Amino acid sequence: MTPSLLPLGELSRAFERGQARPSEVLEQCLSRTARLDGKIHAFLRLTEAEARAAARAADDRRARKAPLSPLDGVPVGLKDLFCQEGVETTAGSRILSGYRPPYDATVVRNLREAGAVLFGKTNMDEFAMGSSTENSAFGPTRNPWDLERSPGGSSGGSAAAVAARLVPGALGTDTGGSIRQPASLSGIAGMKPTYGRVSRYGVVAFASSLDQVGPFAADVRGVALLLRAIAGRDPNDQTSSLRPVPDYDAELEKPVRGLAIGVPKEYFGEGLDPAVEKSVRGGITALEQEGAKVRPISLPNSPHAIAAYYLVATAEASSNLARYDGVRYGVRAQPSGSLLELYEKTRAAGFGAEVKRRILLGTYALSAGYYDAYYLRAQKVRTLIRRDFEDAFALGIDAVASPTSPWAAFRLGEKVDDPLAMYLNDIYTVPVNLAGLPGISIPSGFTESGLPIGLQLVGRPFEEGPLLRLARAAERALALPGRLPPPVQEAG
Amino acid sequence: MAIDETTVRHVARLARLQLTQAEEERAAAQLGHVLEYIERLKAVDVSGVEPLSFAGDASEAEAAMREDAVRPGLRREDALGGAPEQDGSAFVVPRIIE
Repeated sequence: MTPSLLPLGELSRAFERGQARPSEVLEQCLSRTARLDGKIHAFLRLTEAEARAAARAADDRRARKAPLSPLDGVPVGLKDLFCQEGVETTAGSRILSGYRPPYDATVVRNLREAGAVLFGKTNMDEFAMGSSTENSAFGPTRNPWDLERSPGGSSGGSAAAVAARLVPGALGTDTGGSIRQPASLSGIAGMKPTYGRVSRYGVVAFASSLDQVGPFAADVRGVALLLRAIAGRDPNDQTSSLRPVPDYDAELEKPVRGLAIGVPKEYFGEGLDPAVEKSVRGGITALEQEGAKVRPISLPNSPHAIAAYYLVATAEASSNLARYDGVRYGVRAQPSGSLLELYEKTRAAGFGAEVKRRILLGTYALSAGYYDAYYLRAQKVRTLIRRDFEDAFALGIDAVASPTSPWAAFRLGEKVDDPLAMYLNDIYTVPVNLAGLPGISIPSGFTESGLPIGLQLVGRPFEEGPLLRLARAAERALALPGRLPPPVQEAG
Repeated sequence: MAIDETTVRHVARLARLQLTQAEEERAAAQLGHVLEYIERLKAVDVSGVEPLSFAGDASEAEAAMREDAVRPGLRREDALGGAPEQDGSAFVVPRIIE
């Protein structure tokens, strides 16, 4: 098999054994992207020159058997909200067109230090607000499994890039499901780590009490390798945890016998596509056959999660996005008139419809007289949602298993005009962000028409290791990651 | 919950967003629809429940404090480099004091 088509974990082994060379793999990725990305639009821009130089340096280290890490020489895509020094970073928004950050995000620096080859910036919903990548100011991304459908979002470009094997790995961010949902709809693995596990320094902020950075790969080992590289304390992010980072890779092949999986009845109710339910239950059964114990549980406050989320996230976004005012970076509307007009016109011209909608909702929820009724109440409901999970963990549950999304990939245009319908994409993922827990989505199967379905596993805080072990056991039992999307199945 | 265009205009002003008449009408309808959905939170009993504003490990907050030491920041030309208008020493905005 062409090495660039290998899942990240296997590519890393091929490098280790001298069966592939970083420069050769990079050229395969570049030529595949040149051939296919006109159809998919996973990337907003490539950083070819920088990537070639990094790959050549990795060639030397690999030849000397002195790699910087298992990621040395692996091409990685970056969602376009990670600051990369000198490389345009737009967060999918017109308001940041042309913005070239003067520094690297900590995770970008981490990847460089691990020897990863930074390949390019991936498409996304504007400021990560969306679940389809249709809210990008630069046009939607298409799902490699069916080009008429969405890859999910907001990290849809990263998910599609990995699903189509344009790159073996990518980073995204997950505020309400923006890694797990596109991973699910695109048939790959994607993880949102525990809140605080990965630094957000240099990451364009959406909702700071929820945002977390995480990896995509076609296999669970790839996710584990990327997570190891980016996790850990960063003095530049006060919310990053001091806890040491385990060697997740070393955990993967340990048996799952004795681990307990909780299946919440609230996640299998009305609105769930029967094909998704069947596949996800099949994945849970596979884990049971691997030796995990499966028990029914209840997370009674789940039905309130979407409402609480849309208050917390929009309130925080309205504050975070106040900085885009046409003064310090990005574009400025002309002619601007007074300073107030400059702000109002710049933001009117620079932000898209969904971003404006969320800024308005968040501003409203925080405005005089409404704070207690909306934001504060939502934060209290958040406590209840977290308690639900804590109660399950107290019963000995190690991971909560559910669908990642109620449905497989939907058609472009199908939900974009109905904000509430779009928000309900995230019904199973949002509670995890509200509670600050780690969650992973892995493929569990396909619909009759061949669209991927994802299984979500949610773990205890900072217990990414057991979660990855369960994900790996399911992956091994289901044997899915080798399958390539038919529209992009051509060799090489 | 219905939300009228006067409220939308007020909120848009607070958010420093200029909206067209059509955008105001659409925002009123769509926000009303979303707020109606959000109303369900009113039925949740939150008496005696503390709000959760930090989802991380609160026990680490104290240990995570660092010395208040002076460190180099961005160079001025880097900080100004992305601005739509600047004069080499400061960001330039329309005159606010006549």
